[in-house]
Amino acid sequence: MHQIRCPYCGVRDEVEFAYRGDATVARPAPDADEEAFYRYVYERANPKGWHVEWWHHAGGCRQWVKVARHTVTHEIGATARATDPLEAPRS
Amino acid sequence: MGWLVQSGRHGHMARYSAWRLLSEGFSGHTGWERAWRDSAPKSAYDVVIIGGGGHGLASAYYLAKEHGISNVAVVEKGPIGLGNVGRNTTIVRSNYLYPENHRFYEKSLQLWEGLEQDLNFNVMMSQRGVINLFHSDSQRDVMARRGNAMRLSGIDAELLDREQIAKLVPIIDMENARFPVYGGLLQRRGGTARHDAVAWGFARAADRRGVDIIQHCEVTGIRREGNRVTGVETTRGFIGAKKVGIATAGHTSHVAAMAGLRLPIESHILQAWVSEAVKPMLDCVVSFGAGHFYISQSDKGGLVFGGHLDGYNSYGQRGTLPLMEEVLTEGIAMIPALSRVRVLRQWAGIMDMTPDGTPIIAATPVEGLYINGGWCYGGFKAIPGSGWCFAHTLATGRPHALNAAFTLDRFREGKLFDEKGTGPFWWAQ
Repeated sequence: MHQIRCPYCGVRDEVEFAYRGDATVARPAPDADEEAFYRYVYERANPKGWHVEWWHHAGGCRQWVKVARHTVTHEIGATARATDPLEAPRS
Repeated sequence: MGWLVQSGRHGHMARYSAWRLLSEGFSGHTGWERAWRDSAPKSAYDVVIIGGGGHGLASAYYLAKEHGISNVAVVEKGPIGLGNVGRNTTIVRSNYLYPENHRFYEKSLQLWEGLEQDLNFNVMMSQRGVINLFHSDSQRDVMARRGNAMRLSGIDAELLDREQIAKLVPIIDMENARFPVYGGLLQRRGGTARHDAVAWGFARAADRRGVDIIQHCEVTGIRREGNRVTGVETTRGFIGAKKVGIATAGHTSHVAAMAGLRLPIESHILQAWVSEAVKPMLDCVVSFGAGHFYISQSDKGGLVFGGHLDGYNSYGQRGTLPLMEEVLTEGIAMIPALSRVRVLRQWAGIMDMTPDGTPIIAATPVEGLYINGGWCYGGFKAIPGSGWCFAHTLATGRPHALNAAFTLDRFREGKLFDEKGTGPFWWAQ
């Protein structure tokens, strides 16, 4: 069981959250070309190690939370509010 | 004469047969030779395949058999067969909706049907039938559509009603209050095969045709000159290659990144379980349609079952308990008798998830570098067909008609094959 520190609610079990994917991709400007949107929608770094990702606290405060999580050990690192920057730890 | 002991290409590789088993019995089984050579890497090959799982080994076998290219190495970082080919629920079927998918998987199923004779290895192929249950009128429509699509392509599919299901699989709770069983879609030619034996059988058969299977040889880099691949850096030195095929599903992104590629793939975990051995209670593969749960009984008596992905990126090969609780709950809803059975083991494989749930067997933007990956849940059943198509693609530089749709570019071009219709969310496929 992952235990995720929600910046609003504190440490909660994984079952309260819905996973929403890679939080490092940024939506291109509306006038960006198709290639930029292709990369945004489809291409992923898919790291074996630390991954900064979205978890929606759907069974709690309903806020979106940024979480640094290790994709091999399943260790949860730092978490942040959606609008705050969060760097992946160096592994 | 097929059953007579014959010398293989390397002398020490005699055919397996009932006669051989009998004669070995008289000499205390001391005459069995190793099933494949412990090859050391040569300096260069025509084709190097990265990954000694089912797909890599099958690709090497069909390169040698169908295309006469036997100067091939399969490099594997550990012993063969310990990755996803040994981490699945061994189900074999071709019951897909889209023609691009079911034609490919049907080719694979046809290869499965003759695999034991072809490889001279018992892969314990058992065509016990695969049933997908449905629990509402609208789900019946969806199943009927899929079954009809399959039949239009000449693939067997039968829509069964309630009574037929109750007769065929009496252990199912037909009267579940929330999800009563309305019927099921049956593919009689589907079934199960023995996972390990598939890896061993392809390894032995490829080896007999001259393919080098190099174990404990991890690829650490892909060498290029300009935009052309020239070989792979490994923990056992550089190995030159005219063509390199990546067959490391679960880790395709990781290996492709060595050639500077960023792929539309995420790695997710899929758990599976086996129960203690019980007396025969289930003689087909059956899946629950309200949620996702599939189960079969192994020849040893263990109930082998699985469900959804855990749903987050992971290379962890284990998974967590919430998903286990969900899967077991669905299992008990379908077969209440399961509540009295103890789980013996749990494992997880790393799935290369694509945004449309369809695989990739294609050339890459790097000349001479090819990818076989993105298998999502479909990897095990695809092994022979995938190897067959990948061999064709590697040998000719062009896809076969059966894998022509499984390109890397389809996402850029909008030509997705989203069987499940969930949109570009890897964890939802």
